[in-house]
Amino acid sequence: MDVISADIVIIGAGGAGLRAAIAVAESDPSLRLCLLSKVYPMRSHTVAAEGGAAGLIKDNDSLDNHFHDTVSGGDWLCDQDAVDLFVNAAPLELLQMEHWGCPWSREPSGKVAVRPFGGMKIERTWYAADKTGFHMLHTLFQTSLKYPSIQRFDEYYSTDLLVDDGRCIGAVAIEMRSGRMIAFHAKAVVIATGGAGRVFPFTTNGAIKTGDGMAMAYRAGAPLKDMEFVQYHPTGLPGTGILITEGSRGEGGILVNKDGYRYLQDYNLGPPDPWPRKKAMELGPRDRLCQAFWHERKKGRTIKTPQGDVVHLDLRQLGEKKINERLPMVRELAQSYAGIDPVHQPIPVQPVVHYTMGGIHTDIDTATALPGLFAAGECACVSINGANRLGSNSLAEILVFGARAGRSAAAFAKTNPFGSTGGANRGADAAQARIRTLFARDSSGDTVSGLRKAMNDTMESGAGIYRIEATLLESCRILAELRARYENVQLQDRSNVFNTDLIQVLELGAMLQVAEAMAHSALRRNESRGSHQRLDHPARDDGSFLKHSLATYRGAERPAISYSDVVITRSPPAERVYGGSAA
Amino acid sequence: MTDTMPLEVLTLEVLTLEVLRYRPEIENEPKFQTYTVPYRDDWVVLDALNHVKDHVDATLSYRWSCHMAVCGSCGMMINGEPKLACHAFLRDYRHGVIRVEPLDHFPIERDLVIVMDRFMEKLASVKPYAIAKAEKPLEEGEYLQTPLQLMAFKQYTQCINCLLCYAACPQCGLNDNFVGPAALALAHRYNLDSRDTGKDERADVVASNEGIWECTFVGACSEVCPKHVDPAAAIQQTKISASLDWFKARLWPGAHP
Repeated sequence: MDVISADIVIIGAGGAGLRAAIAVAESDPSLRLCLLSKVYPMRSHTVAAEGGAAGLIKDNDSLDNHFHDTVSGGDWLCDQDAVDLFVNAAPLELLQMEHWGCPWSREPSGKVAVRPFGGMKIERTWYAADKTGFHMLHTLFQTSLKYPSIQRFDEYYSTDLLVDDGRCIGAVAIEMRSGRMIAFHAKAVVIATGGAGRVFPFTTNGAIKTGDGMAMAYRAGAPLKDMEFVQYHPTGLPGTGILITEGSRGEGGILVNKDGYRYLQDYNLGPPDPWPRKKAMELGPRDRLCQAFWHERKKGRTIKTPQGDVVHLDLRQLGEKKINERLPMVRELAQSYAGIDPVHQPIPVQPVVHYTMGGIHTDIDTATALPGLFAAGECACVSINGANRLGSNSLAEILVFGARAGRSAAAFAKTNPFGSTGGANRGADAAQARIRTLFARDSSGDTVSGLRKAMNDTMESGAGIYRIEATLLESCRILAELRARYENVQLQDRSNVFNTDLIQVLELGAMLQVAEAMAHSALRRNESRGSHQRLDHPARDDGSFLKHSLATYRGAERPAISYSDVVITRSPPAERVYGGSAA
Repeated sequence: MTDTMPLEVLTLEVLTLEVLRYRPEIENEPKFQTYTVPYRDDWVVLDALNHVKDHVDATLSYRWSCHMAVCGSCGMMINGEPKLACHAFLRDYRHGVIRVEPLDHFPIERDLVIVMDRFMEKLASVKPYAIAKAEKPLEEGEYLQTPLQLMAFKQYTQCINCLLCYAACPQCGLNDNFVGPAALALAHRYNLDSRDTGKDERADVVASNEGIWECTFVGACSEVCPKHVDPAAAIQQTKISASLDWFKARLWPGAHP
């Protein structure tokens, strides 16, 4: 197998990976850097983020406000030292994006404009109309072209990390255009591969969000943290699951049930007036809004459609001018994919899987449990998002912790030698053998699409907005069975050049591992907190579960689940308060 | 196949997809393969391709991700026109055959997957990043930019690099060295940004024979652009600006570098 040596390998070239790469290049241009991605950087799913990125910039706001909103939004499962670091670093990172040319929306004075967002006490969300992720990703990618030391390997699918003597010493990847496998020997590796929404059937996440990086780290011995916390977004388009940004509620959109009633007032989020009010009604946090939808559906107050139950997101009171200026993509998406014009009609919406709060367990410096391996962005869990992420914190997170991962990896690479060549070769040979086995297998097993559908269905039925022990047990049982059947999954395409069947087989393997970590973590957490709601354990239980769960890979066995303490520095756990009583 | 197709699929209206296949290890040249897919009113061509991939022929390869017309992955020729497969609705092709081919003017890597190395080089060649004469320290805050100043270039920031414009542009078919619509529009975007002073650094590529002057103003790029970037306008504006710079440099030597 061909070998490429570099000081640092970054896997994933979305927002976090690109920011990490730029941080490495700026910290020391002599460091050899390979940036691997299974897609061209501008295809990465950061591109689909819409509403904005949170960070203190206005005089009416404070770092304390951002800290407290984030910690209570996360139902006190956030590590507070990480949140402090995050809210402190976010403003400069967002300003850096401005200096790099990001086309932030502006006030008439020329200053950067901000908009209100769910669960945030003060408006602090920077935005570029309703294509913030798109503009951030393209700004980062275009800026990355300035740095000659960033060597990109576009459309390289990473299959495995190389580990020797308890340290990560590189990665193996398939060059998709040739099918050739290449071993990358590195002093430090950063994973920035994003989330895993595709384990669920109905998600805002693009096809590429299959948890590859999470699974790679997990298999290599790095635990996955808080995987039971999966965020549903309250406003997805039926059928496609296309995201309608929370920014549309930040700009003044309302949610009504089949009677035209603003039902959120029945769920401790009211009163509805005066409106819009921060941290209330439509500007409540995502977990609460999705739970309210679930109850409305149970009461028969949602609207039946062939694509399932919906409520209406009504933007009509904003008027055409404001919609065109602030929410042009929302209008276009609703027109194209739902056949309605939000200027004249309400948009049908339903909760949709959006974000994985959990991920590869890292410390505040992005270091994982495996020396030499770092992780940042949605694939990682620092944790600043706790049990429920606030909208617009993740676009700031990829900058703050992406940059931090780059700097941490650079420092590690400067003080550590390459791992052993023998160890790297053994790992690379094992990775190649795994692929060869797929090619040699007969074709009597399950299809990729069949297994994937079975996984999607059991995640939806067992690990959705509300969970209960019996169905979680069933999901765990089915996932174990699917993992066993996966060992014989069909590879129908035996060619080498751009073999997307092969990639889908490998992605499915990663998703099954991630799904199992989610289901088992959810099964063991006998409480309700943030996005993890157990009908059989409806209360939060700080005595037993003010803890991060850690899922450790054990091969064909189910994952081992253990717990670690949450870092509480200055905000003792309290009740989450939204609606009129929220300060 | 161990999973069964849902019954309603078998009873619904169907459509015929003709897809250009090319597997360089197997076939000497591209040839069409025909698939039957169910018709659904809310489906796009990408959904039909995914149906083929999942239920009929797992060996078909194409790029896609977001399914919401923003990642730019799924550009293809659909009945001869460059389109995003995720934004081309079956209902607009209801009667007759849908022919799907890789984007024109690019080498085929495999099936509907094109080789886009040259585009990536062209994009980088126009220096598409903010170039400031004197970088302001971050601690001093943002560069002020009024909504009007933002408006001057905003349209040209909307490009998703889907390459439909390269497939539509006749010059791109004739001269592989033409920098092309998307890259030139992006250069114009930075040139127009009030925070940028890099126009002269970009001029070597932008105002070269294979830059703006290769464009014959057919305007096909702007017609097919799914994001209304209007690269044709960007190129014509750049031509005017470059001509003025050329005259200025000759009429008032020293007034302009």
